[in-house]
Amino acid sequence: MKLTLKIWRQKNADAKGKFVTYDFDGASPDMSFLEMLDALNTKLIKARIDPVAFDHDCREGICGACGMYINGHPHGPGKAITTCHLSMREFKDGDTIYVEPWRAKAFPVVKDLIVDRTAFDKIQIAGGFISTNVGSAPDSHALPVEKSKADEAFNSAVCIGCGACVAACKNASAMLFVSAKIAQFALLPQGRIEAKERVQAMVKKMDELGFGNCSNTGACEAECPKEISLVNIARLNREFYCAKVSP
Amino acid sequence: MTKLDAKIPEGPLAEKWAKYKASAKLVNPANKKKLDVIVVGTGLAGAGAASSLGELGYQVKNFCYQDTPRRAHSVAAQGGINATKNYKNDGDSIYRLFYDMIKGGDYRSREANVYRAAEVSNDVIDHFTAMGVPFARDYGGNLDNRSFGGVQVSRTFYAKGQTGQQCLLGTYSSLNRQISQGTVTMYPRREMLELVIIDGKTRGIITRNLITGEIERHSAHAVVLATGGYGTIYYLSTLAVNSNPSAAWKAHKKGAFFANPSFIQIHPTSIPQLNEYQSKLTLMSESLRNDGRIWVPKKKDDKRVANEIPEDERDYYLERRYPAFGNLVPRDVASRAAKERCDAGYGVGKTGLAVYLDFRDAINKQGEKAIEAKYGNLFELCRIITGINPYKDPMHIYPAGHYTMGGLWVDYNLMTTIPGLFSIGESNFSDHGANRLGASSLMQASGDGYFILPYTISNYLADDIKTPGISTDNQEFEDAEKSVKERLEKLVSINGTQTATSFHKRLGEIMWNYCGMSRNEEGLKKAKQMLKELKEEFWTDLIIPGDLNSVNQELEKAGRVADYFEVADLMVDDALNRTESCGAHYREESQTPEGEALRDDKNFSYVAAWEYTGESKPYILHKEELKFVDVEVKERSYK
Repeated sequence: MKLTLKIWRQKNADAKGKFVTYDFDGASPDMSFLEMLDALNTKLIKARIDPVAFDHDCREGICGACGMYINGHPHGPGKAITTCHLSMREFKDGDTIYVEPWRAKAFPVVKDLIVDRTAFDKIQIAGGFISTNVGSAPDSHALPVEKSKADEAFNSAVCIGCGACVAACKNASAMLFVSAKIAQFALLPQGRIEAKERVQAMVKKMDELGFGNCSNTGACEAECPKEISLVNIARLNREFYCAKVSP
Repeated sequence: MTKLDAKIPEGPLAEKWAKYKASAKLVNPANKKKLDVIVVGTGLAGAGAASSLGELGYQVKNFCYQDTPRRAHSVAAQGGINATKNYKNDGDSIYRLFYDMIKGGDYRSREANVYRAAEVSNDVIDHFTAMGVPFARDYGGNLDNRSFGGVQVSRTFYAKGQTGQQCLLGTYSSLNRQISQGTVTMYPRREMLELVIIDGKTRGIITRNLITGEIERHSAHAVVLATGGYGTIYYLSTLAVNSNPSAAWKAHKKGAFFANPSFIQIHPTSIPQLNEYQSKLTLMSESLRNDGRIWVPKKKDDKRVANEIPEDERDYYLERRYPAFGNLVPRDVASRAAKERCDAGYGVGKTGLAVYLDFRDAINKQGEKAIEAKYGNLFELCRIITGINPYKDPMHIYPAGHYTMGGLWVDYNLMTTIPGLFSIGESNFSDHGANRLGASSLMQASGDGYFILPYTISNYLADDIKTPGISTDNQEFEDAEKSVKERLEKLVSINGTQTATSFHKRLGEIMWNYCGMSRNEEGLKKAKQMLKELKEEFWTDLIIPGDLNSVNQELEKAGRVADYFEVADLMVDDALNRTESCGAHYREESQTPEGEALRDDKNFSYVAAWEYTGESKPYILHKEELKFVDVEVKERSYK
């Protein structure tokens, strides 16, 4: 395949970035998108050009490290997949492909396509846990959980923390990410005890870190590689209001 | 001459751990606050240890190379996590899990450690449940179980096909809680490049900040390595592509013995390599072998598409060779059988290095709906990666490097041969012998981190309470930092023409061909020579663009590949030394007339712990004899 790649290059957080065009004819349809970039990088290195930096690790869609804005979509054109699972079969010979980092104030660019997502960790540190010490747990069956609730909690818990929701949102809101964690714990009896403090602390931290507000556009849900539902945001709002009304 | 003492407590097997805990030395809360512990790695073992030690009141510094601890490779485990709850009333017990692990490991692991791993497995499940890990439940609201290969009970807890992810996120949440309380300080995007030893005790590490390139000194009263395995030695494996042996290897070169390095599990059902650019092999869960049938054409180089090959021209070779277990033979056996067929010229696909995993019969019998309910996500994954629709055409699968049973040698305290250096999870060697059973890696990693290390490290630190905070101005830190910088500068100054990845690929190919699923003396000796030549080429023709003082992913890769040359050499030595076949280690010279693995208990019932003696100097082999008191050593047969 012959491709024209327009890739965002930025030396570091303080530098000014720009698109650089690469004519690349080393792609094959059975490559993944990241393998195509690997091949481009090999070519660049041999030409003594600094290769394109990008985060990646498991390359099987579960660690959440990879994430690029490809042709206007987080993780590219495929539905419900991460960038590492995006196949070059999705593209045609002769295509022009734009590749950018996540764009959000709370996710500053580190280099090229790498962004700093520690803001997500900070939100989790603010309250994304159930306070239980090692060794203090009762037998697992001491607290039965309705199957439907457990399944729903699981569906919220599959978030991989990649940040596609923030990148997709015109407001760069982190509501889908935060709501998934809030919902997971709110649905489980273990998580109810700290539910009110948790939702207030996490929302407060999210606001402090410069994420935008939610205007219910739904782009986050449409682009989420794990298909996390907007219902989580509704649940977050409910938890938040209830915590405010009856603290 | 041997220096090895496993420090196994006296007394009956079932009482050892209780006795140990009752007599272990303690550190009072006021003193804990004054003691620093470094934990490298944030998987189930590392983040579990960091949060547990934080709860106890130690000052913990936790490091990972990823941008956030939540991405450690425990996240990718699919199937489940074992515990001996016996919720199914099917006869499970601590002893039974212990027995299954000893047998599954082909009698090459240490009884006392394995028993303890089984013993704490229930605590692990209870803790995860309390932390809100959404395990699968039944309609009564209780936790559900499924069964896994190599055992006769249902003891595997699971969260769909994402058990590792859910357990890791639970552990990450406990870590975050300690970070919020100030007991744990997190250092992401750091790579450990050296271990610092002062007066014979482990006192710190040197790291590189992967964003700024800064070389940093970190001190502590003890260091815990939870840095995973070295399966990426084959380049292509089921591991995260940045997984690496470097931290453990630096420790090894500073004096920590490395045990059974040649014991690597090759998983039989991975999606095969598609092209030369491929960077990673994706696993298809072992559970697929419950309904899928594995076959190749009976005719060599048969170019017909699978569905055009009539039933009587198909060779269901596992069913043919192992009628009792059929497609459900253990991983090591299934992997070798696939390789045997492909090497004999019966492989399928473009490369001939694949076999079919066919669901036609299962779909005809159970219907597409039932199969979709069980394996829908895996079929979709297969379709995304290969373009093959497994509902219509058989999957192509081939074995891939997966898990390293070998690792740093540790005693019962999980301490290496360097005082104050501990190793937990996959990075140590202790619990899986020569072959690991499914769903026991999450179990062992969590048990080590949450429930075992906190006791054993306190026992060690109790003697160190009078030692004030360790200064990083010591000469030893100075020297360690200097050696790290010199090596990095050496790497970037080679200025050759070949990339680190291209060397890694060639290294991986040598290891896969000569020290992979099947090994023989001639091949191993050849590999040793090839590795030597390739290593020389690496150090003269490597190219790394960029500099030392910023993000430089090529530099990161090169450092790891440089270490891999040394790991590979030791792996080959270990495989050469062990002339028996056991578990995943198959020496062609040691097989039964039917071609099955043949153990040599008389000569090899020991852990091979290798001592590094210096650059280009021969290793010293220390043998820890394995004594089996509570199990009878038998032959493993699946016919």
